[in-house]
Amino acid sequence: MNLDLSSSGDLLLGLLPELVLTAWALVLLLFVAWRHKTVRDLRIAGWLTLAALLSTGIAAWWLWYNMAQAAGLAGMVAVDDFRWVTDWLFLGGAGLTTLISFAYLEREELVAPEYYVLLVFATLGMMLMAGGEDLMVIFLGLELMSIAVYVLAGFDRRSPRSAEAALKYFLLGAFASGFLLYGIALIYGATGTTNLSMIGIQLGIGGGDGGGIMLTAGLGLLLVGFAFKVAAVPFHMWAPDVYDGAPTPVTAFMATGVKAAAFAALFRVLTEAFAHGGAWQEIVWWLAVVTMVGGNLLALTQRSLKRMLAYSSVAHAGYLLVAVASGKSAGTAAFIVYLVAYTLMSVGAFAVLAAKGRRGESDVLIDDLAGLATRRPWLAFALAVCMLSLLGFPGTAGFIGKWYILLAATSAGQNVLAVILVLASVVSAGYYLPVIMAMYMKPEASETVHAEVRLGRLGEAAVAVAVAGLLLFGVWPNRLLDVARTAADSVHAAPASGPPRAAPPPSGS
Amino acid sequence: MYARWVLTALLLWPLIAAALILVAPARQAKYVALVASLVEFGLSVPLWWQFVPAGGMQFVADAAWIAPWGIRYTVGVDGISLFMVLLTTFLMPLSVLGSWSYITKREPGFYALLLVLTTGMIGVFVALDLFLFYVMWEVMLIPMYFIIGVWGGENRLYAAIKFFIYTFFGSLLMLVAILMLYFHVGQATGTYSFSYAHILGNLGNLGTLGWWLFGAFFLAFAIKVPMFPFHTWLPDAHVEAPTAGSVILAGILLKMGTYGFLRFALPFFPAVALSPTVQIVIVTLSLVGILYGGLVAMVQPDFKKLIAYSSVAHLGFVMLGIWALTLQSVQGALLVMINHGISTGALFFLVGMIYERRHSRLIDAYGGIARVVPLFAAILTVVSLSSIGLPGTNGFVGEFLVLLGSFRTYPVASALATTGVIIAAAYLLWALQRVLFNPLDKHENEKLPDLTTRELIVLIPLLVCILWIGVYPKPFLTRMEPSAQHLIEQVRGK
Repeated sequence: MNLDLSSSGDLLLGLLPELVLTAWALVLLLFVAWRHKTVRDLRIAGWLTLAALLSTGIAAWWLWYNMAQAAGLAGMVAVDDFRWVTDWLFLGGAGLTTLISFAYLEREELVAPEYYVLLVFATLGMMLMAGGEDLMVIFLGLELMSIAVYVLAGFDRRSPRSAEAALKYFLLGAFASGFLLYGIALIYGATGTTNLSMIGIQLGIGGGDGGGIMLTAGLGLLLVGFAFKVAAVPFHMWAPDVYDGAPTPVTAFMATGVKAAAFAALFRVLTEAFAHGGAWQEIVWWLAVVTMVGGNLLALTQRSLKRMLAYSSVAHAGYLLVAVASGKSAGTAAFIVYLVAYTLMSVGAFAVLAAKGRRGESDVLIDDLAGLATRRPWLAFALAVCMLSLLGFPGTAGFIGKWYILLAATSAGQNVLAVILVLASVVSAGYYLPVIMAMYMKPEASETVHAEVRLGRLGEAAVAVAVAGLLLFGVWPNRLLDVARTAADSVHAAPASGPPRAAPPPSGS
Repeated sequence: MYARWVLTALLLWPLIAAALILVAPARQAKYVALVASLVEFGLSVPLWWQFVPAGGMQFVADAAWIAPWGIRYTVGVDGISLFMVLLTTFLMPLSVLGSWSYITKREPGFYALLLVLTTGMIGVFVALDLFLFYVMWEVMLIPMYFIIGVWGGENRLYAAIKFFIYTFFGSLLMLVAILMLYFHVGQATGTYSFSYAHILGNLGNLGTLGWWLFGAFFLAFAIKVPMFPFHTWLPDAHVEAPTAGSVILAGILLKMGTYGFLRFALPFFPAVALSPTVQIVIVTLSLVGILYGGLVAMVQPDFKKLIAYSSVAHLGFVMLGIWALTLQSVQGALLVMINHGISTGALFFLVGMIYERRHSRLIDAYGGIARVVPLFAAILTVVSLSSIGLPGTNGFVGEFLVLLGSFRTYPVASALATTGVIIAAAYLLWALQRVLFNPLDKHENEKLPDLTTRELIVLIPLLVCILWIGVYPKPFLTRMEPSAQHLIEQVRGK
């Protein structure tokens, strides 16, 4: 199906998933304007959200199934497989978050269905980010997502930590947005366009000499902006506090969705616009190294489960940056596979944490899980699978994702990066294993210590889906790999991008 | 027909059985496990007769797995892996039976993990696809980690995580090396595949890259063997693990390292492996392992730790035999691998049995118990003598062949290694004397019950093997000879 994006009919069709979700968001907004007092309203809003996400997913599936492609001149939005696949990722992450939010919101007495409205708007922003073919659209998507998430982070109004998280996230996020916007302005100044493929063509004609100081500065600022959003070291300062203070389902959403969206946009920008120009490979190389090393070492010192997961999410951003640094189609495919795994395992882990926590989950220490395996064997099993997957252990999707990243890195000749990645993974065993150890090998403090651990039916469903997905993709990832590969090729086969330059590994390799 | 499904069945059956154990009532867990492991052993026994010594890789099964990456499910055995598979299936029912009264808490979990471990171990030995090999190599880590960590002794958490991280560290570097091999061969041939035969056949000249890759493989395998100085995880893991865990660790898991050298490190990188530097390093480390392991074993107050250090010494012989690369030495190394599984396995069982009675593994806690438990004393003596390498027992044949074969390549090293046999006699006989024969001066020991029928059933198969290999090792040697010969030609020929 070829869509001519200059005709409004086809443009609307190309934007179908976003339009569906926007319509639902408005419905939800109207609903909560009238009904926002009781727990029942909260539940209805939750179900409406699930319906919204599902129908949007179907819309994206329909376009994917019909192999929608953009014909003619490049427009403001991309119409390619990469967009649909990332859409599913965001929708899936949001769906799982919704499922674990049901019980959580009721338990914490956060009876405010606006929560779901914000969740839907944030998801919409992510979809725009990943689908934007123009830096302006990406920026708009980023803002839509960020503002909704700022509010979500501070959603627990009674908790000072939640308020602190929101304020911190807002201030630093505003800085990041500023960097990004300034970067966009400089790139516009250097190339005269904000359209990604037009920039790519411009740089391709220029012969790939780096494109001048203005472009380099613009690209640098752009990278800084994205690095803030994905919490790459040294722009990660906000992440632990914000992840820690925000309500746990929101943390899960931030760790998966927000990061995924920022990475998706980063991949699109770098592969479509800067495949030929800009010295970003070395910058990303170093970012990846310091993020992997820093994230893992910092996570190693944490005793609180939530902070540990927060720092580990920094480490995982580092692994994803390795996929970026490899700069080939394989890297983009690896990113998609890794994100699928990462979304499942993070949501699973945060869901168990949300069930265990009580009024401020940041106080759940890793040792507080002691004896969980005897009291709640299935929950402990689920968390153990998530931890092994986060560690990248064979048999789980996390391993397939890590393997793919390593594959992409070695295929691009980035052997040093691959070695650093595996050494960082060894370090990560030092903080993922104690969780398993606590659950299975330490006696519980008292008989009633795990009595109140409750996920709710829907939360259990979310965890079950996550664990089943992790094990399934860990053993039989073929279908996922195919989808990821075609999606990655759809970005790399864009007209402006030729074969990407093999990144020269920095000195010492 | 049997040839096509047997290895797949050996890999799948323990997993099915593990699931059965988890759904069965907790009290039935050990019975289900025993039956399951006996079935597993029964499935594997015909391998012994069906195996054709000169037939190369046999019982091969091959199926597509992750096609986009050129990963296939390919399994098969030759004269090197055959014995490792049989040793695994042979030790499993004994381990189940040996845990009968030792494991009292969370039984279903223990036996299920034991069976999952079986799949992982057999998978390592039969995998002919590097991805599959890597997955199996890692998969067997988790059950062992839990077996040590949940059912182990006092210091089990430390031992478990140390065991895990050591192995994990080595294997992840091997993972990168596997990927680099994959791309190296893929770029040269245009076919990207993790198949063992494909990579082995098209390696070409690796140049300096070979050194790096060999280093990564070496590290992974040397930690597992364990070679000095990578052995420090072993005493902790052995001592803390429950009896069955120690038996499997010593009997099978350590052999994965030496097997890895035979299957991957040597054939893939013959130029590096035979370079003088590497030879000197490995032979020296093996010698240090033999002598240091023996000397440290001598001063151990803990019987289990003594056996653990004796493993370091025995595996030193294996490494020496492998690197000497003569027919006798490689056959000897393979035989020592089997013997060590049997004799050390039996020793760990025996220590476990006495520990269950007296709750102490310290040598000083005993003395003169030969009069109280004569059967136990007799068996312990026979097993110890086989571990020392007394003629007529299996230990003699293996170590003699290693020394004989190695003498042609490394005369000095072999002469020094011979002292290792003497040291072994010293520490084991001395320990025997202190445990069994000195005066019976501790009244706690006066009423120790002798071995039960169940315990005898565990030990008798091991005793039979000890004498069988000791007296008539020919069936073993004929089955391994063509494969060993092939390996030597492969490595020397290049």
